[in-house]
Amino acid sequence: MEGKLLRIRNLHASVEGKEILKGVNLEINAGEVHAIMGPNGAGKSTLSSVLTGREKFVVTEGEIEFNGKNLLDLPPEDRAREGIFMSFQYPVEIPGISTVNFLKTAVNEIRKYHGLPPYPAGDFLKMIRQKMELTGIDNKLLNRSLNEGFSGGEKKKNEIFQMAVLEPKLAILDETDSGLDIDALRTVAGGVNKLKRPDNATIVITHYQRLLDYIVPDVVHVLYDGRIVKTAGKELVAELEKKGYDWIKEEVKREL
Amino acid sequence: MNDNIIEEVTGSEYKYGFVTNVETETIAKGLNEEVIRAISAKKEEPEWLLEFRLQAYRKWLTMKMPRWAQLTIPEIDYQDIVYYAAPKQKENKDWEEVDPELKATFDKLGIPLSEQMALSGVAVDAVMDSVSVKTTFKDTLAERGVIFCSFSEAVKNHPDLVRKYLGSVVPYTDNYFAALNSAVFSDGSFVYIPKGVRCPMELSTYFRINAQNTGQFERTLIVADEEAYVSYLEGCTAPMRDENQLHAAIVEIVIEKNAEVKYSTVQNWYPGDKDGKGGIYNFVTKRGICRGENARLIWAQVETGSAITWKYPSTILKGDGSVSEFYSVAVTNNYQQADTGTKMIHIGNNTRSRIVSKGISAGYSSNSYRGKVKVVKGCQNARNYSQCDSLLLGDKCGAHTFPYLEIENPTAQVEHEATTSRIGEDQIFYCNQRGISAEDAVGLIIKGYAGDVLNKMPMEFAVEAQKLLQISLEGSVG
Repeated sequence: MEGKLLRIRNLHASVEGKEILKGVNLEINAGEVHAIMGPNGAGKSTLSSVLTGREKFVVTEGEIEFNGKNLLDLPPEDRAREGIFMSFQYPVEIPGISTVNFLKTAVNEIRKYHGLPPYPAGDFLKMIRQKMELTGIDNKLLNRSLNEGFSGGEKKKNEIFQMAVLEPKLAILDETDSGLDIDALRTVAGGVNKLKRPDNATIVITHYQRLLDYIVPDVVHVLYDGRIVKTAGKELVAELEKKGYDWIKEEVKREL
Repeated sequence: MNDNIIEEVTGSEYKYGFVTNVETETIAKGLNEEVIRAISAKKEEPEWLLEFRLQAYRKWLTMKMPRWAQLTIPEIDYQDIVYYAAPKQKENKDWEEVDPELKATFDKLGIPLSEQMALSGVAVDAVMDSVSVKTTFKDTLAERGVIFCSFSEAVKNHPDLVRKYLGSVVPYTDNYFAALNSAVFSDGSFVYIPKGVRCPMELSTYFRINAQNTGQFERTLIVADEEAYVSYLEGCTAPMRDENQLHAAIVEIVIEKNAEVKYSTVQNWYPGDKDGKGGIYNFVTKRGICRGENARLIWAQVETGSAITWKYPSTILKGDGSVSEFYSVAVTNNYQQADTGTKMIHIGNNTRSRIVSKGISAGYSSNSYRGKVKVVKGCQNARNYSQCDSLLLGDKCGAHTFPYLEIENPTAQVEHEATTSRIGEDQIFYCNQRGISAEDAVGLIIKGYAGDVLNKMPMEFAVEAQKLLQISLEGSVG
């Protein structure tokens, strides 16, 4: 059997002493798109923070295996170098550094980790141009300081552009749809779909159905109160949109 | 912010802290007229120069150390300092004759003194302790009429020029440290660019303190005659020692009509250890005068070293239409203190100045910008723009901005902008998530922040300067 790309077992995590994740189990194969939905405060963003290694999130129990490696042993930069990418809900600004220069540093750090020499400058720019066309991002944005003065939509497009350049094995889109108008949403989703390959996987974290109209998931999970309480196919998205999250909460209560 | 990351990123060693084992000739500790006469005699100086020194010394005795800066300066025992220390070497200064130890020292500092190995297009005057060890490309420059030599040599070979300009921009009465320097200065560089000559190379002086208990008091004099151009760079390092050492220099720059001087500094004196022990006291007076019409003076500085820095490179804009720009990045880490900035004195009509100051503070350090813009009564249509930014790493350091405006003419337009920001955990994590380590993330953020200033450094040094910034902040992510 093909190894799972990501395997999360009984994951418990807390922030400032408060337990947020209370036993998450999740398995993702290469080639799949998983949606993680759930009401506010369910632990969706905590899950992405734990996967990417944000310091203030403390794993108290459980394990995460990524591509055969124990993810929890790795510092955040090594997780990124191993192929985990997160599209941030609130991308930061770095004044004075253009997106292209930022990515050049990132790409070469990742290459160094894998024992490769720096990307030759000419080839790098060629690759950047290809990814620019693929994701439909404006050339002008890439030469401006990273995210400085970008609109919400431009920031998210820039995240997807970075994802295209870094070619991760696992992309986590953390509330990427928040604050996007419909055109930006389409561009972002179009980029994600074009980047889908049999050897990578995507986790789409979202509260709403909107984005999932454009990025069609293979599997949908509902995260509630720190646990995955329901897993089904894409039809679950429509059901959640129609009925909201209350019936899930009811189901969970009944089971308890 | 997380303390572990802070520890990790700020724990770097000062790379230039070694001591060269070379026989040194010194004058006994202490400061009095005898010592000054001895220095002057060692240098075989003319009578007028000895007189200048003695007058300065007598003035100094009547002065008090300035205490207005945002600095805590411990008492300095001026009788406990050696005022002259020279590595022993033969009189003939052919390259082959330079002591191999000294040669090796400058090689190690990345300043090869043999012309074959030198950075292309850069002539170097290498100063160790109180004397110039070697000046490269002197002959090549002489062909164009450019004089580039040690100060002592200039006194011997071009006494009229030295006498004409010495003290003309920074008189010995100017301030406490200027008076001290004028009394005991030992060596430094002299540059004269004749009328209409564009200096074909970058000129640079590398200052190295080596001997123990010694102060370095060098003096640099740059004269750009009408229509001349020169780009000059100074660099400085010192060994790591537990006791503090004093460096009190004077730089004077004279720029005639339509001439331009670009003066760049990479200051990396030993900053002291992580607990604030040792390091150089860097008390420096630098000033240029745009004497003629449309003269230009550009200051660009990257300041990472010294335990305490007290320094305000300034420009007197006397000629009508003259222009001065000041670009500075000053980094303080651990227990370093810096009070630095500039003065722009507008006298001529239609004079313009621009100030871009970027402070970066980390650890327990204190970093102050102090700048004065003065427009005198008779000066019409002066323009000034000042931008002072502070970047903080961690929450135990301090950043201060002290702008002074003295505008006596209503036609002046003066703008001042200031910002303070902090390197955030979010920024670092974002970089981490793209495969960039915390240390490199700080480097990248600093590079972006200081880019406007780094771009003004001569190309050969811009990369070095940027690396230096990153190294100075290693272990300080906050």
